[in-house]
Amino acid sequence: MIKAVMVMNTQGKPRLTKFYEFLPVEKQQGIIRTVFGVLCSRAENVSNFMEADSIFGPDSRLVYKHYATLYFVFVFDSSENELAMLDLIQVFVETLDKCFRNVCELDIVFNYSKLHTILDEIIFGGQVLETSSAEVMKVVEEISRQESASNSIGLVTKTVSGWRNR
Amino acid sequence: MASSSSPSLMDSLFQRSLDDIIKGLRHQQAGESAFVSKVLEEVRREIKSTDSHTKSTALQKLTYLHSICFVDMSWAAFHAIECISYPNFTHKKVGYLAISQSFQESTPVILLISNQLRKDLKSNVEVEVSLALECLSRIGNLDLCRDLTPEVFTLMASSRIPVRKKAIGVVLRLFGKYPDAVRVCFKRLVESLESSDSPPIVSAVIGVFCELASKDPKAYLPLAPEFYKILVDSRNNWVLIKVLKIFTKLAPLEPRLAKKIVEPICELMSKTGAKSLMFECIRTILTSLAEHESAVKLAAGRINELLIDEDPNLRYLGLHALAIVAPKHIWAVLENKEFVIKSLSDPDPNIKLESLRLVMAMVSESNVVEICRVLVNYATKSEPEFCNVILGSILSTCSNNVYEIIVDFDWYVSLLGEMSRIQHCQKGDEIENQLIDIGLRVQDVRPELVRVGRDLLMDPALLGNPFLHRILSAAAWLCGEYVEFIRNPVELMESLLQPRTSLLPPSVRAVYLESAFKALVFCLHSYLQSATSSDHSALGLSDPGVSSQSYDEYSGAHGENGEESGTTLIQENHITPDSVLRLLNLIDMAVGPLSGSYDVEIQERTRNILGFTELIKPVLSDSLHPQDERHKQQAEASKMVRLLHDTFSDELGPVSMSAQGRVPVPDGLVLYENLADLEAVCGSSLPASSATISFEGSHNVEGATSIFISDQKEESEPSSESTSLLAEHRKRHGLYYLPSEKNTEHHEANNDYPPANELKSGVTVSNDAQDLAKLAEQSFLPKRKSKQVKARPVVVKLDEGDVLPISSKIPQAKDDSLSEAVRDVLLGNEADADTLTQKAAADSVSRKKGKEKLNAKEQEDDLDHMDSQSGTVQNPVKERSKRSSRKQNADEGDHGGDKGKQKRRHRHGKHRTREGVQNPPANVISQTPVPDLLL
Repeated sequence: MIKAVMVMNTQGKPRLTKFYEFLPVEKQQGIIRTVFGVLCSRAENVSNFMEADSIFGPDSRLVYKHYATLYFVFVFDSSENELAMLDLIQVFVETLDKCFRNVCELDIVFNYSKLHTILDEIIFGGQVLETSSAEVMKVVEEISRQESASNSIGLVTKTVSGWRNR
Repeated sequence: MASSSSPSLMDSLFQRSLDDIIKGLRHQQAGESAFVSKVLEEVRREIKSTDSHTKSTALQKLTYLHSICFVDMSWAAFHAIECISYPNFTHKKVGYLAISQSFQESTPVILLISNQLRKDLKSNVEVEVSLALECLSRIGNLDLCRDLTPEVFTLMASSRIPVRKKAIGVVLRLFGKYPDAVRVCFKRLVESLESSDSPPIVSAVIGVFCELASKDPKAYLPLAPEFYKILVDSRNNWVLIKVLKIFTKLAPLEPRLAKKIVEPICELMSKTGAKSLMFECIRTILTSLAEHESAVKLAAGRINELLIDEDPNLRYLGLHALAIVAPKHIWAVLENKEFVIKSLSDPDPNIKLESLRLVMAMVSESNVVEICRVLVNYATKSEPEFCNVILGSILSTCSNNVYEIIVDFDWYVSLLGEMSRIQHCQKGDEIENQLIDIGLRVQDVRPELVRVGRDLLMDPALLGNPFLHRILSAAAWLCGEYVEFIRNPVELMESLLQPRTSLLPPSVRAVYLESAFKALVFCLHSYLQSATSSDHSALGLSDPGVSSQSYDEYSGAHGENGEESGTTLIQENHITPDSVLRLLNLIDMAVGPLSGSYDVEIQERTRNILGFTELIKPVLSDSLHPQDERHKQQAEASKMVRLLHDTFSDELGPVSMSAQGRVPVPDGLVLYENLADLEAVCGSSLPASSATISFEGSHNVEGATSIFISDQKEESEPSSESTSLLAEHRKRHGLYYLPSEKNTEHHEANNDYPPANELKSGVTVSNDAQDLAKLAEQSFLPKRKSKQVKARPVVVKLDEGDVLPISSKIPQAKDDSLSEAVRDVLLGNEADADTLTQKAAADSVSRKKGKEKLNAKEQEDDLDHMDSQSGTVQNPVKERSKRSSRKQNADEGDHGGDKGKQKRRHRHGKHRTREGVQNPPANVISQTPVPDLLL
């Protein structure tokens, strides 16, 4: 079971947080702070695991990957394989890359809900349901199609940026 | 500008989008929180709008702020529910995201989504169904799961793979929250295992079974043939990893299953190119198939490959695998000992920790001394955090099972002393516990303990380190309790009362004072003894057994200290009238001011000491000089002192954890009486006068060990270093200390004493690498000749209650009923799933009540039930008796809920008939759920 997915930048700002068991916001904030505190103290070129029992309770493992300005962090229990989780981070990032063409932090900042859509296709309620980024892309495109279809039916966009973009 | 009640047209027309908020946040340098609260205010207004777009945009912004800026959004729960009911997909999606991010089982409005979820689960739009399933898998509680089980059941047969896959995924939540869903969905779940045409489905099902089996593997044993088929046939690494996880749980339950899977797993391990799968194979073999020697050998070979890999992740996992195998096959670790030792200095913290764990796993009676020496040495050079991890693991390994691996306690005690002096040591509490524990348990080591304690107490620098205060407290207590082993009690008194003790916390200071009291009594006692005996024999004192033995050991252990032994000391420990006077003055000076302390512990002890000196002073000062009255006065003094001395010299032993419970409560003692009245009584009474101390005279005099100090045994001074520290300290605080006459000439030689924290170990820091290498060569050789001179001393162990009892596992009600349901379904004891689909919802409400009470009983029962199925050859008689006992169980359960009882009987009835059909009454292999695989 996967317990949490976090994406944060190298300043410790969260970019995406998903906890598969309910946690109050204060706890979430504390956890992100603690995890970041450990991550930023670690050298490059060391293994990608981190002791997580003290943060997430017994039987917790944590892997992370550092890409450019972002940390991708997965927390899980003994029903998952550590190396497979590292691969899964890779799958997630590859999908983002396909979706945004050379993904960078800004894409992730501005595409909050799309990020959730992608992640939900890969991890479903804590279980890994899809590991092929091509399959994920198919569904994500389908969802985007649905979204734009429903939007075109709607009235004139009312948001400021909606006006500006015309 | 905020028109509070109804949003103005401008506001709703120019609503800021999520992008605007994100941009706004990015441009805020300092006042981010002000910006957030402003946006929040807008959101609160906009979210009330009746326009679906305005509302969903507001909710989207709120969800964003919730997960990025940690803003509370529980207040918006109802608005989120409104959003999912909109027909527009975008709005619906925003609502679902908000719900799954912020709802919990206890969210009050959660039940309101039940209908909307059902509607979306039945939707024709695939992505809408997905949204609803995702939502259910995140927030489903008992009621939601019960209500929506039929819909999920339908979706499990959906022709659309993505939907079907998610429906299977959500089953895990259903089973977890509503175990009766098993009776509906389980069959279809098992059938999905065989849909080899669509890999995503198999992957999803296996994932669900992996989670289920990790909680209660026994219930899924009957499915072993299906899992085995996947293990052999599947080419998907994800699926294979999950299947291996399942077998890791199942194999220990069924030896024949283990035999069957060993071969395919080994084959998989050697053929696969994926490191993750290979590692999973290794882990499965090491955890669950460790009896299969050849498989373990193969796995060890693969571990070696991991260890030499460049990737630190693989090296770490390799070491991790070794740690798994260590308890059963230590040879696999020993084969890699060089690598393990080398990894201690790896830059990677994970690798370091793991290799430390492995080093500790290799520790045995014969090499513990060498390993600890190297590790302590290594700890002094590590960064503080790792240093403490090392110290912690040394402490826990050595104290494991009442110091099982320690033979030479003198060595261990001095190691503890050495560890206390390591600069970053923060293990004060643990060291304190062990010092006292060893003192109580191991009689033979007390002289050495006292020596170590004395060295710690004498070093004024240590008092400044708060981490050491607990250790100093232990040292003070030991020196007070076993003061008879102290060579120079006067010196001990001086260090216990040195000015820097003001740095100690009150609780520790109280221990210091108590120990000073004990030492004082001891000094006076031996002074009076010697004074009496010196009338008869000269200065040479009669020497009782205990002290001579202790000093023999003493010189034995420390006589080899080279040059020091030659140049040592003076007859310090012979107590002269002068030193007695000095002591009493010291007490007046150091303890006197404390009598006004605000800490009650300190004050109490101070008053005790002062009261005693008040009493003894007049008697003693007379006895110091006039020759003629001496006898009479001395007799009086020694009577007083002896009483106290006897009080202190009774032996304290370790106490069992359960000792308190064994004390019977006396008749007529009311333990639970309200003591409120007592306050009135206590409040009015004055504290008792402190100067009067009364001591009970009923002490066992034979038990008391009075120690006479012999001057022949004084050649060796245990540690001139700490004495020199004291000397230096005296220089600094010259005003305070009385001159140390005789010490000076000796110490002139080494006045440049080493700083407090430097280790005394002869090993220099530079040759550490060499050390490690040497350690690798020598200490792990299995056939090391043990050069034990002494036998292991007696360690007092209590029969019971030495350690805290491990609280027995409380059976979890939920899992219980889940596995019960699974078993029922697997045994085919239930009616058709379809009829149940409708029944389940109605049934569950009424059943809930009775079930809770029954759980404990049923579990017992179920275990029994499993036993008879586990597939071992069973004696029919035994079988029968078991059955009858089960029947008894059922009968005993009368007070349980009616409904549950009936059901259970019903089940047993069926079960019995099944047995009757399948098992002929001869010695047969009892019906096993996995026959085709195992036979």
